[in-house]
Amino acid sequence: MQEQVLRALIDDVRAGRLSRRDFIGRMAALGLAAPLAASLLGGSDVARAQAAAAYKPSRRGGGGALKLLFWQGPTLLNPHFGTGSKDLAGSHLFCEPLARYDADANLVPVLAAEIPSRANGGIAEDGRSTTWRLKKGVKWHDGKPFTADDVVFNWAYAIDPATAAVSIGSYHGIKAATRLDAETVRFEFDQPTPRWARAATLQLIPKHLFEAYGGAKAREAPGNLRPVGTGPYRFVDFKPGDIVRGELNPSYHAPNRPFFDTVELKGGGDAASAARAVLQTGEYDFGWNLQVEDDVLRRMEAASRGRVVASPSGDVEIIQFNMADPWNELDGERSHPKSRHPILADRAVREALALLLDRKSVQGFVYGRAGVATANVLNNPSRLNSPNIKDEFSVERANALLEGAGWKRGGDGIREKDGKKLRLVFQTSINSVRQKVQSIYKQACARAGVELELKGVTAAVFFSSDVGNPDTYGKFQADLQMYAVGGRDPDPSDFMQWFVSWQAASKTNKWLGQNRGRWKSDEYDAVFEASERELDPVKRAALLIRMNDLVCNDHAVIPIVYRPSVNGYARNLIAPVSGWDGALSGIADWYHEG
Amino acid sequence: MGPYLLRRLLIALPSVLGISIVLFTVLALAPGDPFAEMALNPNVPPEVQANLRKQFGLDDPIWQRYFRWLLAMLHGDWGFSFISRVDVDKLILSRVPVTLAVIGASQVLALMIALPVGIYSAARPYSWFDRIASTLAFVGFSLPTFFTGLLLILLFSIKLDWLPFVYRADLAATGWDWWVQQIKQSIMPIAVLGLFQAAGWTRYVRSATLDVIRLDYVTTARSKGLRERAVILKHVVRNAMIPVVTLVALTMPQIFGGAVVTEQIFRVPGIGSLLIDAIQRNDTPVVMAVTFVLACLVIAFNLLADVLYGWLDPRISYR
Repeated sequence: MQEQVLRALIDDVRAGRLSRRDFIGRMAALGLAAPLAASLLGGSDVARAQAAAAYKPSRRGGGGALKLLFWQGPTLLNPHFGTGSKDLAGSHLFCEPLARYDADANLVPVLAAEIPSRANGGIAEDGRSTTWRLKKGVKWHDGKPFTADDVVFNWAYAIDPATAAVSIGSYHGIKAATRLDAETVRFEFDQPTPRWARAATLQLIPKHLFEAYGGAKAREAPGNLRPVGTGPYRFVDFKPGDIVRGELNPSYHAPNRPFFDTVELKGGGDAASAARAVLQTGEYDFGWNLQVEDDVLRRMEAASRGRVVASPSGDVEIIQFNMADPWNELDGERSHPKSRHPILADRAVREALALLLDRKSVQGFVYGRAGVATANVLNNPSRLNSPNIKDEFSVERANALLEGAGWKRGGDGIREKDGKKLRLVFQTSINSVRQKVQSIYKQACARAGVELELKGVTAAVFFSSDVGNPDTYGKFQADLQMYAVGGRDPDPSDFMQWFVSWQAASKTNKWLGQNRGRWKSDEYDAVFEASERELDPVKRAALLIRMNDLVCNDHAVIPIVYRPSVNGYARNLIAPVSGWDGALSGIADWYHEG
Repeated sequence: MGPYLLRRLLIALPSVLGISIVLFTVLALAPGDPFAEMALNPNVPPEVQANLRKQFGLDDPIWQRYFRWLLAMLHGDWGFSFISRVDVDKLILSRVPVTLAVIGASQVLALMIALPVGIYSAARPYSWFDRIASTLAFVGFSLPTFFTGLLLILLFSIKLDWLPFVYRADLAATGWDWWVQQIKQSIMPIAVLGLFQAAGWTRYVRSATLDVIRLDYVTTARSKGLRERAVILKHVVRNAMIPVVTLVALTMPQIFGGAVVTEQIFRVPGIGSLLIDAIQRNDTPVVMAVTFVLACLVIAFNLLADVLYGWLDPRISYR
């Protein structure tokens, strides 16, 4: 669909000439799914029905105990220190952000009174600031009121490098946080920022308890281990890596919530037995991130005590090509970004290799519900999914392409050109699922005269940033490698940065650069920079889709499957889990039915 | 006795120091990175990771880090976990009660089975009782704990639905209800560990007793007209127990170290699971502390075993 036509329609809705329902109807006629159409409107400032989850309980409490099982237990409760989603799970029981993402990647206010927009004046015209109005009457668990000072304090606390907060990354680009009055805060950015919501989804800690523990003393704060927040549950007990317990917060700011009287988050063990405890024995109500083979999960579900639900998220499993030369040194460095791969620099070879990936089989036989075949790097939220890339698996076409590019079969069936054999090393981390995908791909490649040598590196080494080790994915001393990329933020600009030329991993950045394939495209760089400045959400979505198409059409990577987050639920548990936020970010809305 | 103890303790000092150097070097050389997970998350910029490495002193040379650790250790500062940012000693102490309860109980169970069964088997060798006990013992120590653990879970949790298979350190109950729940959740892990240990010890006790039971002084005791019970308990067992005491004393540090596999299967939050989690997350200060404490305990219990010898057998003297 032409962008101009789309924009005209959106303007019609905004001006009231076209109803939302009609707009969505027209989009559906054009083959756009309703949520996508709705999100186009959402991003364009059209007032939308407040996306409130259908929450049925009519009074607070009375739900008994909620038992959650995470096979990686929460190790800390201060939201500023959490390195991964599992660390944030524990603090989501007690601490809340200004806003969170729901399952469709829409922002939902939590401690904010409303989500800032152009229409309500929350987003400045020049994109250099956002103003958040806070919900009235919110109290910390210790009875002190929640005010704008707390929001400002969280910013100051996180950006102090001595605090060593992980959240410093999310506050990046925020020049100042100012209190306008007790219930209004303004964030000012260094430059016009389309990603204004980034810091708002971080959970907040109370100023009055942490004020004395900023900077180097951050580790000594008693509140790290006994959190005080505004959340639906009050802290009872915490043993790092083992268990977190909470009890209902009687003065919670949302009506009729929470439903459960107590909550318990148990950690440890492995994913398979966590699945068993939820699906088969019903000992627990919720099992997090059940990375277990799908047919095993299906057998457990047969006990009909629980069910498995996959929530969309931004993670995608890819095979990455090395565009640099991993086998010869340039300036004393293998895979130097300035070098060219002797075989893979040829686009025809990359295209042929992309045609050899049988995604349907990978999904069908390996991932099941935990991976959906895709040829795009950007899949979710659906508004960013490009319609231009086709998923194709064809050994014949791959053979024809290679033949056309001058790669002829040798006596041993392996293609060669100018004395170079089409032999490639394909590395990934050791993980049974990845090894299966490796061998499926190896077989298909063999049918096209490409020989793959498979290499498995233990995950602790593969994903480490150890500069002394040659087997890390950052150094990438192989021809192809496979891992998961993406991330939890519905705005993929951090992720899209993994393909810009200035992020190429090399000795100078200690191989911490995130463009590990050393792919380089001037057009991509330009589109990326434009997207970082583009304030109009619709135009920006178009730029992001353009970036996806550039990466996919030039075959910088081969996308395999996108990976929703897979969780186990007890039969009667209603739990809106968002793949875009911590699994427990919506815990206030959870309840038992019947 | 006094000078002997003092000398042993003085010898132990350099060993402890040596152990700490070896442990520290191995851990520092091992691949892996406590912040690797962060690199996978595109929303955390690499500078954050670099800053954390700097703040936690991970970029300094190994010898500097070792001396910093040693100095802090001499002051009683065990350092803090990179992952949870909690002091290591607090982390370890929080796991001690559960470890002692579960592993300790399983060792007591093992002793309660191994001693009577082993002694009775030796008193009547090749009887039916002895044959059955030997067969069971062989079965017991041939089956690894991860297998018996899963087997019990399959039977008692999944098929019969009698027992929970997730161990919870703080049960939300009081009084009788707490005891009932506590016992229900402890049965399987204690049984798995205890029976495995008992199987090995039974064989050991039996052979140690057999060695003694045929000696002339036992025949003398019998011909004095002493009752069989007195002969076995007073004359045989006391001498037979010397090697057994060594064995038991040397397995005692395990109580502290926990049982990694079993703790993982039943999610017992003991020191073993703390260690395995720390290893998986490359949380070096925790791995260092736990392994170091274990090493010290092995040395201490070795000494204790030697001292106990003298008490059991006054002929042994300390020089």
